[in-house]
Amino acid sequence: MDIKTSFNSSSSGRSIPVTSSPVGPTLIDIDHVDFYYGASQALHDINLKIEEKKVTAFIGPSGCGKSTLLRCLNRMNDLIDGTRVAKGQIKIRGINIYDPSVDVIELRKRVGMVFQKSNPFPKSIYENITYGLRLQGRSNKSDLDAVVEKSLRGAALWDEVKDRLHTSGLGLSGGQQQRLCIARAIAVEPEVILMDEPCSALDPIATVKVEELIQELRTKFTIVIVTHNMQQAARCSDKTAFFYMGKLIEFADTRAIFMNPANAQTEAYVSGRFG
Amino acid sequence: MSALNRHILQSQPSAARRWEAAAVWLFRSATYVILLCGALVFGTIVFKGSKTVFTTTAPFINVAFFTEAPESLYVFEYQGQKREMGDREFRAFKAQHPDASNVKSESYVYSAGGIFPCIVGTVLLVLGSMFIALTLGVSAAVYLSEYATQGRVVTAIRLAILNLAGVPSIVFGLFGLGLFVIYLDWNVSLIAGWFTLALMVLPVVITASEESLKSVPKGFREGSLALGATKWQTIRKNVLPYALPGILTSSILGIARVAGETAPIMFTAAYVVRDKLPWEGLTSVSDFFFQGVMALPYHIYVVSSKIPQNEYTERVQYGTAFVFLMIVATIATSSILLRNKLRNRYKW
Repeated sequence: MDIKTSFNSSSSGRSIPVTSSPVGPTLIDIDHVDFYYGASQALHDINLKIEEKKVTAFIGPSGCGKSTLLRCLNRMNDLIDGTRVAKGQIKIRGINIYDPSVDVIELRKRVGMVFQKSNPFPKSIYENITYGLRLQGRSNKSDLDAVVEKSLRGAALWDEVKDRLHTSGLGLSGGQQQRLCIARAIAVEPEVILMDEPCSALDPIATVKVEELIQELRTKFTIVIVTHNMQQAARCSDKTAFFYMGKLIEFADTRAIFMNPANAQTEAYVSGRFG
Repeated sequence: MSALNRHILQSQPSAARRWEAAAVWLFRSATYVILLCGALVFGTIVFKGSKTVFTTTAPFINVAFFTEAPESLYVFEYQGQKREMGDREFRAFKAQHPDASNVKSESYVYSAGGIFPCIVGTVLLVLGSMFIALTLGVSAAVYLSEYATQGRVVTAIRLAILNLAGVPSIVFGLFGLGLFVIYLDWNVSLIAGWFTLALMVLPVVITASEESLKSVPKGFREGSLALGATKWQTIRKNVLPYALPGILTSSILGIARVAGETAPIMFTAAYVVRDKLPWEGLTSVSDFFFQGVMALPYHIYVVSSKIPQNEYTERVQYGTAFVFLMIVATIATSSILLRNKLRNRYKW
């Protein structure tokens, strides 16, 4: 903890967005959503709009519902028995993703995800990247080769692994593994990349690399990142949403949230008084 | 003097220390007793069986025992010499020596020849039941642990499967007799034996498969689904391959154990004796499945309890048991080698 704090303070201000971002077109419209795990309500009337090609950070103490909301966006919560969106809609480009006509497979191709614990498959680096493409039936070798290079370059991993594409992805270091997972996610060219605390298991150096990567990816993808680390949200996001006890407390430009929060709870949290 | 000479870290006699010594002694002797029992069982079979299986001359292996069918042994006295011959050899001998045709002989069934048809039958039974048990068992396990909504129904099904493991083998035999042999009219046949053995080994396969599937990290599933894979694509490409070593090892071991059971096949698949080998005299493909076979465990049962016991039957009893033990050991070893090979391929 100490290391991280000192590290963060030494590099603070590195990439806090300087200009207040203009309002872009809405990509994901979370419209008054209530969410339940069985009988217990995890999200209360969440209402927020995620803009296209922006980095939106979800912050808040443990159990505040930020990961739950993130996993609603590609319907990963469907995997858990007894979960349901009881009220409201989540619309991506105007389409309610919980509508029965929506194919969850198509949704997840468009909304990729990077997990808290890096989870490269126990296959080669090459196979990890091409996994999603092969699912779609793409098997042309030169086509796959091109995507592998492009994705690995996109994830700033190409130079480190180009000579060992056919060795196991599990032989990489923790930070490389997480970037491999990012490369794997961008290989299928989603519109949105969801990141669920992508750096929580990484050391400070690897964290910097992933954060720098996020800065590059924001030009091509819409990124939603859940983080425990407030400095991380401050460094890499355009917009920040603060959650507490399953409620959205405040959603604004990241600068505003950290410099001039409108809500007293937000202020208490970002200044480290609780959470 | 002792009290004075002791330094503070020296051991003091106490009840706890005495119990410690007694406990170690108890556990150690229990282990040795088990070791002794195992050694006695294996030793007897190997020692007595190797007299049948190995010979003292040229090939050193009793080839006939592995390649011929069982036949009766004839013991007779000819020209003042005691001779032992199998049925066919005896007849050839009588043809060669006309004066021997009326020689007084004693016959002992199944005590000559070999056990080739039994080996073939057991191998067929093992392969077929393994195929059926793996197909059904792995499918059921995938459904139970990957697809089914966990709840009371699934718990009840799991409990039923576990209970199935406790059902005595003779009950499986009777069930197979009732369902496959009589009701479905499959007669005493390979296929009836396959299904009976498969049912018996299913609890092992399902439990082992579920355990192996559970040991595959959740992240592999989530990672795959998040890339737009269907559940089945995920299971097929990113779950089953990693669970396979565990599934195969436990299942093969379970099947090797079940293959040794006599009760489930005695009503459903096994013949006391059969002249034809399974691939002989077939008129159609289905004949292959609807024929009974000889099998090693049943053969041991027959030669140990269904025929008069004498000095000659022991040879075939222990010889068969020895061969059978070797087959089971081979299956078990190869399953472990297979697991190691697969495990090295997929490590995480």
